[in-house]
Amino acid sequence: MIVGNRKDFSEILEKLGAARRVLLLGCNECVTVCGVGGEREVGVLASELRLYWTKEGETFEVREHTLERQCDYEYIDQIRGFADDYDVILSMACGAGVQYVAEAYKTKLVLPAVNTTFLGVTIEQGMWSERCQGCGACILDMTGGICPIARCAKSLLNGPCGGSSEGKCEIDKETDCAWQLIVDRLKESGQMERYEEILPVKDWRTGRDGGPRRRVREDLKL
Amino acid sequence: MRLSYPGNVKVVKVPCTGRVDVLLILRAFESGVDGVYLAGCLEGECHFLRGNLRARRRVEYVKGLLEEVGLGGNRVEMFNMSASQGQRFAQFAQEMTERIRLLGPSPVKKGE
Amino acid sequence: MKTNSVIEKVLEQGGFVVTSECGPPRGADPEVVRRKGELLRGVVDGVNVTDNQTSVVRMSSLSACAILKGMGLEPILQMVCRDRNRIALQSDLLGAAALGINNVLCLSGDHQKFGDHPQGKNVYDIDSVQLIQTVARLRDEGKFLGGDEVKGRPMLFVGAAANPFADPFEIRAARLGKKVKAGCEFIQTQCIYNVERFTRWMEMVCERGLHERCGILAGVTPFKTAGMANYMKKNVPGMDVPDDMIARMKGVAKEKQAEEGIKICVETIERLREIPGVRGIHIMAIEWEEKVAEIVKAAGLLPRPEIQ
Repeated sequence: MIVGNRKDFSEILEKLGAARRVLLLGCNECVTVCGVGGEREVGVLASELRLYWTKEGETFEVREHTLERQCDYEYIDQIRGFADDYDVILSMACGAGVQYVAEAYKTKLVLPAVNTTFLGVTIEQGMWSERCQGCGACILDMTGGICPIARCAKSLLNGPCGGSSEGKCEIDKETDCAWQLIVDRLKESGQMERYEEILPVKDWRTGRDGGPRRRVREDLKL
Repeated sequence: MRLSYPGNVKVVKVPCTGRVDVLLILRAFESGVDGVYLAGCLEGECHFLRGNLRARRRVEYVKGLLEEVGLGGNRVEMFNMSASQGQRFAQFAQEMTERIRLLGPSPVKKGE
Repeated sequence: MKTNSVIEKVLEQGGFVVTSECGPPRGADPEVVRRKGELLRGVVDGVNVTDNQTSVVRMSSLSACAILKGMGLEPILQMVCRDRNRIALQSDLLGAAALGINNVLCLSGDHQKFGDHPQGKNVYDIDSVQLIQTVARLRDEGKFLGGDEVKGRPMLFVGAAANPFADPFEIRAARLGKKVKAGCEFIQTQCIYNVERFTRWMEMVCERGLHERCGILAGVTPFKTAGMANYMKKNVPGMDVPDDMIARMKGVAKEKQAEEGIKICVETIERLREIPGVRGIHIMAIEWEEKVAEIVKAAGLLPRPEIQ
């Protein structure tokens, strides 16, 4: 899923500026699962705004609304009837959702309340970890199912570097050395001979370096 | 025991402090209360194993939120006591009331 | 003989190579490089010039190499993959060869987190193994990574680093094997304090026959103080400093510690020379270049061979 962090309240206030009629828009997908922008988090942020503005003696209106998804036009369109009643749409979706809402409501100010961070997994309730960087050319078959691009601090295709110590990365004792994990996994699955192969220079065109990406499936089009 | 505790404390009964959600505490503040505290069972003695431990973490989280919005994290607290410790219940009620008095009324008071 | 590298020639002649290093200044003053270079004249066969080591901005390695080359020294251009993509790396390789630089050392580079610009974006378009391949391809096949022909091949002797003490230990020789397969011709190791562990690594290296395909130069760094020994043990990732060595440094009076550090270093060199497969020594006297001559002399490695 896509994982994010909520922006600090002070930063959200700063971005809101003088706007006091706020449509706070949640998303029922990834950001709900990672506890950053679903119905519940919309409730918490709305409550924070109400407490703050009441304390400041301001007049305001905060509407809470959570869409099934903010990355599909059909759902975004559901707020068409009342979006214009608000000064801003404060989106709690990932960066994709925020942008798509902004595209749909061209005259509205659409603000992000979330910093989108990574594609990852739930390690345990309340803890998520990065797994993929969307390079567009998966090599997990070569690396024991562990991605060195996403999980090695230097994205080394032929690691580990000299900074791997007791299974941890040199940048941080909390971070596993991806190449230690790869070696362990290759060993466990009897594929150590794979380690001897040099992974070739990567063609990054399939990744972000090739420019913004698009995917088309003609057979699915209506 | 017939212990007395300050009359300003309004008791909301929940089956376990683990039932108390962040939003529930925030809503209380929105309704204009000056402070909220949770009276949970002693740590390690939760009937639901970890309800009171999770409640403590949520209280810590709400403290952060209240700091952010300028109400002050001290307006919310977690206390632990057993069902037989009426004295402690009264003592914490007193303690919290004094703390909140010093902080003054919530700036979110309704209808003022 | 593939290149004009002094290191290559000493290795070819079966000699024992001595290299050291020179960290460029954090400023534009070429005199600092000249002063450090002068301290190493006639003492070593090649001088590594670090490439923004520990991710701290310094004068470019290529420029400092050119200055040393101008003084008649033999620079070894260190190149990290952190700051440049394949376009810039290949461009600098051509530029280095054009300036008469004969050696390149291919490295991943420390993560920028440790440097003075932790906010920076890192590149890592290719890794150190692939950089070795790149140099070998430019030189031996006359081809850029993209496939086009190189007009005027860069005749660079290709080196890399190896850390015998990093984890996982069991693949350390295998990783060196990959570097050799990629085209690496000489290796400089991480500083060695634990000679026993290094010996075990060398046995693994020799088992694979890597010592015959690649000149292995054992790295040493003299301690200035007991505090430095302790710091390296505790804070430098992938560094193995045995406790008895720290105890030995602590055991002498503060004003005698530098002397003791040099003594340990010389003794270590003497032990390393005895290990089968070790073809030379790489002395990293960090901001202590003035001691290199003393160490080389005390280790009985002077005079250096005359190379035409």
